[in-house]
Amino acid sequence: MNKEELLSRLKVIVSNYTQNKEALDSINEDTDFLKDLKINSANLVDVVLDVEEEFGIEIDNLSMEKMLNVRAAVEIIETKLHEAGRE
Amino acid sequence: MMNKQEILEKLPYSAPFLFVDDLLTIDENGATGTYTFNKDLDFYKGHFKDHPVTPGVILTETMAQIGMVCLGIYLSGYIDSGASSHVMLTSTAIDFMKPVFPGEKVTVVSEKVYFRFKKLHCKVEMKNEAGEVVCKGTLSGMVTTKLNG
Repeated sequence: MNKEELLSRLKVIVSNYTQNKEALDSINEDTDFLKDLKINSANLVDVVLDVEEEFGIEIDNLSMEKMLNVRAAVEIIETKLHEAGRE
Repeated sequence: MMNKQEILEKLPYSAPFLFVDDLLTIDENGATGTYTFNKDLDFYKGHFKDHPVTPGVILTETMAQIGMVCLGIYLSGYIDSGASSHVMLTSTAIDFMKPVFPGEKVTVVSEKVYFRFKKLHCKVEMKNEAGEVVCKGTLSGMVTTKLNG
C-alpha cells in the first residue's frame, strides 16, 4: 500500500469525527487530530479503533498515545502493516 | 478486586445529584443497579408545571451513574488499582419509551461493548417495576483521574 492510498483511507475514517471540513480538505502529514481537526479524546479512540478494523492491525497503548497527528498515524499504520508482513 | 460498597463510596456525587441506591451486580461485562425517584425531588416542581414527570436528562444521568460510572470505576480498579478514577461522559444516544413518574423505582442494566484506551462504551437499558423498558441506548465515557477534563 502506498502512502497516498493509506492517507486517503485514513481521511475517510477521520471524516466521520470532524466538523472542520476545511482542515479535512487540506489534510496532510502535519494535520493535528486535536488542534486542526478538533477531534476530542473520546473520538480519537474511535479513530484508532476504526484504523484497527480498516487495516486489520492492532494498535497498542504506546502507539495510541503517539497517534496525535496524521504523520504519526501513517508511520504507526505502516509499521504495523510491516510487522504483519502486509505492506 | 473492588466490591459493590467500595464502588458506591467512590462515586463522586451526592444529593441532590446522586442517582444510585443499590448496585445489584457488577463484573467486567456490565453492571445492574436500582434507584427510586423520591417524589420530593426538586425538578418535579418545574418538569412539568402541575404534571411531574422525570426529565429525560435525569433518566440518562441515572443510567450513566449506574451503568457506566460504576462500571468504569470497577474496570479501572480491575486494571490499575492506583489513582482514583472518574468517568467523564462523552456521548449519549438514548431512546425514551415510557414516562417515569415521581416515586417510581427503576432498574438499570448495562453491558460493556468495549473498554479500550480508557474509553468505555456500553449499552444501557432502564426498566420500571412492571418490567417495562422505559429507555435504552448507548453511552460512552472516558476514564480520567480528574473531574474537570
